[in-house]
Amino acid sequence: MTGSNGFSVSGYGPERSSLSRLFARDSLARRLDWPILFSAIALSLIGAALVYSATRNRTELNQGDPYYFLFRHLLNTGIGFALMIGTVWLGHRTLRTAVPILYGLSVFLILLVLTPLGATINGAHAWIVIGGGFSLQPSEFVKITIILGMAMLLAARVDAGDKPYPDHRTVLQALGLAAVPILIVLLMPDLGSVMVMVIVVLGVLLASGASNRWVFGLIGAGALGAIAVWQLKILDEYQINRFAAFANPELDPAGVGYNTNQARIAIGSGGLFGTGLGKGSQTTGQFVPEQQTDFVFTVAGEELGFVGAGLILVLLGIVLWRACRIARETTELYGTIVAAGIIAWFAFQSFENVGMTLGIMPVAGLPLPFVSYGGSSMFAVWVAVGLLQSIRVQRPMSA
Amino acid sequence: MTNIPETGRTPRVQIRLVVIQILVLSLLGTLGGRLWYLQIRNGDEYAKEASGNHVQQVVSPAVRGSILDARGVPIADNETRLVVSASRTDLLKMKDDGDAVLTKLARVLGLKAKDVLDKVRLCDSKTPQPCWNGSPYQPIPITDEATAKQALQIRERAEDFPGITAEPMAVRRYAAPGEANTAQVLGYLSPVTDEEITKAKDTASPYLRSDQVGRSGLEREYDKELRGKAGVTRYEVDNLGRVIGQAKSDEAQPGANVVTSIDSRVQRVAEYELNEAMKDARDVFDDNTGENYKADSGAVVVMEAKTGRVVAMASNPSYDPNAWVGGISGKDYTKLTGKGSNYPLLNRAIQGQSAPGSVFKVIPTAAAVNAGYSFNGPYECSSSYSIGGQVFNNFESKGYGPISLGRALEVSCDTVFYRLSHEEWKRDGGTKPKKNAKDWFYKTAHQFGLGKETGIDLPNEVAGRVPDRQWKQDYWKANKDAWCKYGKKGGSYAQQIAYENCLEGNRMRAGDSVNYSIGQGDTLVTPIQMATIYSAISNGGTLYDPTVGKAIISPDGKTVQEIKPKSHGKLPMTRKTRDEIDGALAGVATRGTAAWRFGGWPQDKIPMHAKTGTAEVYGKQTTSWFTTYTKDYSVVMTISQGGTGSGASGPAVRNIYNALYGVSEDGAIDKKKALLYDPQKNLPKIEKDGSIDSPKVEKYPAKKEQASEEGGQQPVNGDDPAATVPDPNAGNNRDTRRRSARPKKRRRTLT
Repeated sequence: MTGSNGFSVSGYGPERSSLSRLFARDSLARRLDWPILFSAIALSLIGAALVYSATRNRTELNQGDPYYFLFRHLLNTGIGFALMIGTVWLGHRTLRTAVPILYGLSVFLILLVLTPLGATINGAHAWIVIGGGFSLQPSEFVKITIILGMAMLLAARVDAGDKPYPDHRTVLQALGLAAVPILIVLLMPDLGSVMVMVIVVLGVLLASGASNRWVFGLIGAGALGAIAVWQLKILDEYQINRFAAFANPELDPAGVGYNTNQARIAIGSGGLFGTGLGKGSQTTGQFVPEQQTDFVFTVAGEELGFVGAGLILVLLGIVLWRACRIARETTELYGTIVAAGIIAWFAFQSFENVGMTLGIMPVAGLPLPFVSYGGSSMFAVWVAVGLLQSIRVQRPMSA
Repeated sequence: MTNIPETGRTPRVQIRLVVIQILVLSLLGTLGGRLWYLQIRNGDEYAKEASGNHVQQVVSPAVRGSILDARGVPIADNETRLVVSASRTDLLKMKDDGDAVLTKLARVLGLKAKDVLDKVRLCDSKTPQPCWNGSPYQPIPITDEATAKQALQIRERAEDFPGITAEPMAVRRYAAPGEANTAQVLGYLSPVTDEEITKAKDTASPYLRSDQVGRSGLEREYDKELRGKAGVTRYEVDNLGRVIGQAKSDEAQPGANVVTSIDSRVQRVAEYELNEAMKDARDVFDDNTGENYKADSGAVVVMEAKTGRVVAMASNPSYDPNAWVGGISGKDYTKLTGKGSNYPLLNRAIQGQSAPGSVFKVIPTAAAVNAGYSFNGPYECSSSYSIGGQVFNNFESKGYGPISLGRALEVSCDTVFYRLSHEEWKRDGGTKPKKNAKDWFYKTAHQFGLGKETGIDLPNEVAGRVPDRQWKQDYWKANKDAWCKYGKKGGSYAQQIAYENCLEGNRMRAGDSVNYSIGQGDTLVTPIQMATIYSAISNGGTLYDPTVGKAIISPDGKTVQEIKPKSHGKLPMTRKTRDEIDGALAGVATRGTAAWRFGGWPQDKIPMHAKTGTAEVYGKQTTSWFTTYTKDYSVVMTISQGGTGSGASGPAVRNIYNALYGVSEDGAIDKKKALLYDPQKNLPKIEKDGSIDSPKVEKYPAKKEQASEEGGQQPVNGDDPAATVPDPNAGNNRDTRRRSARPKKRRRTLT
């Protein structure tokens, strides 16, 4: 509280103090979507606690420092927060001009994964090792550039007032733009990311107002593609097993079945209030694999119980609910499409991640937004939050 | 912002955005519902599964209790061997999975490093032996033959050998004190089967994979008491089996000790004398078959007459029960159970049944008196008795004229009993029995406890057989088809018999009753039944359940549960008849059929009573029976295909009595030399620490020193680290010899 008269002079005028300007009716602070921001921060902090609980005993991973992962998770959150601020400061419209560069950069990065620079972590060849203990998962950033790229193409003529809906040619271009990175990611293969991207493309098309034929055509093509992949054995054995075993753990009791089974036991044994942070026997005994990343929700289920795990779902729900509002409130199609793409991304990735720990979705290596440990994912989701905030902040006031 | 053209929102996009929003919410709702289902609805189930997930049990087996003889000498106890084992859980915590430690250990033990490493790997389908197929949380034994020096090296440098333990462990040992191996009475152990584990899983005393279970004899009968309770420590483990905490720990409780009424010294005498008697019998020529007696098997029972306690019980052929320790080899198993083995595992004292011959005669004597015949008679003892042209001879066709029942017992006159039995048979209606047939001779046999187990505390006792009308009927029903098929009128002897049996095998024929009256025909008894009956005659008529177990003593010596003698009935005779029979049986020993075997016996000091029996078995040589008793003991011996009762078994039984009472050949009694002049009344002395006094067992026979070179008495090895662990059975009978030091010679009594 620096300005003592901050609230007394709440009118318009150049003489307003910085603080009162911040909270003025059309100020940045008033326009920011605080529920999304708070939910994202809360999710990141809960994630920090869960990551700490899952890794404090894992000396083989944390180099003897029980706080190693906690610190890194908080650091990632901080960097992500900064990226969000940068995104808001730049504004999504400014970024619109940089989309071709960003798109090209992200495609270049995922191409790098296919070179010897790429690394395989947890069966997914989706990483670039930078050195110094850092690695990058470029497919996380591709999710953003696909959204931005498609939005730019699809919204260009509509926002210019030329057409009410994007025409077939534009849609085709947009699909082509998405298809290039998706195919590359499929080659890695990072199946989880491919699934997310396909859903994102679907969400973007829906929001763009593209003809129903495109929407249903895409769904049909997706289904056909899945059948083709299944029948033509494009996937490796382990990937098919992973898909099948979630429904029937006995299919592969030592492998994927074991993971899903142990995950289910961990969550189920949590009960209403959980065992308390750091007290879960499944977590302490490391029965669930990848518990700080893909299976982080099991820690919440076991140690925080229905109340804690439910809170995570509620917070995710707030983020998505507000994002839907943002998508609806902005009158500019570009913003709507970007917001819808982000919604599709967050919603599907959360559903898939939590669903696989609950045994209702096949196991795929996807992080839980904000909660899972992982730099690339954390940066990407905070940039996405930045985009959402920017759309809200810069929405036309007349709407 | 105003320079951006207002495009308006097309309803299509708005509707689709609402659809997206609904989709998103329903996805989240699905997750919430599933979360509720798992955590709240099925939470308990998963919590249970989780707790089973992370607890592992480590089992420390209980030390099996000892079986002691009446004076406290261990006849089955545990030998301490130094076992070096490695804990996998500890080894896996090391950087190289313990390879360095195991290599060092191999050097100390003088083994190859590879052998040691192979021993601690876990078995799976791809790993050949050696490998460990037990629980990975159980310490894995590397060797059970470590020397004291090696063990000390490992223990003193514990920091050099993390995860390695060198501890004395108990292994079953049948000590055979004074060479009394008592094999069939003790029985043996063998590993528990999967089936038994599954069956006992949810009971109060579940089996462990490593358990040994008593399979016969005392080991089986008192298995529950001897076994004790294994200790279980529950560890919380993580997914790799690394211990992260100890949940619960139950100490192992050693098994109780069973004190028996067996006296190892008497047991040794009984075993030795039985074997000698059989050896001697094989030198005797059998006129009937034209070859020497085969003496293929035999048994002897020494019983306390007033309690039914078994002082000695020997069965021949015998075997070394140590063959079972540590798993029996296939070769040994064939030797013990194969077709050519003559089945040494059988305890013929309770599982061998044969026709009793004349030792049976006390039963028809009592039956006749009960039927109203006078004991004094007189009854004609003719040289033969004929029924409808069929002639039944007296033994050696000798006649004694009119005599009393007592005299008939003394001289074992068959014709007296033929006549009485035949008369009773006729009175009961012959082949067409009256409705209220008295069947005195059969009823009395049942009242003597024949045709039924005596109830001895040893498993698998056989019942014998009283061939009464009911049995004949049942037996005929079961066999008539075979008889009628094989039988042929005027065919061979066997075919004729079958033919007759087919026609009227269900009927009690006159010949059957005559044969039965002298313990022939289809009558079957066991030595233990005879010992019980003669003990009852001695003690005034009480039929005791024979017992081997005398007391169960807890490992700390604090609780002593005595096994009291139990009776299963009284002999069906009056005091007077008992006295008359008693007198007659004394007469057998002094002037009757057994008199020549008891020459010089101090009858005035130790009245001896006896009955001889020579049973004929179709197609085989005669069975020798000898039943005897004094006021304190009864001794019953039988030798299959051994010759006459007094001839084959007489000297052995006399020698057993000589040893019991300290009687020398000239009839002098030396109570100092007597092994057990009076029956052992007291239990062995229990020390304050729970250990039980165990006196020495002298060699028998004393003159044959070289035969007893491996007695049970060796000084305790001073530097044996096993002594650091208190052994409740530590006594001067402890044997600390290594397995490899065991002489190659088998401790068989029959060769």
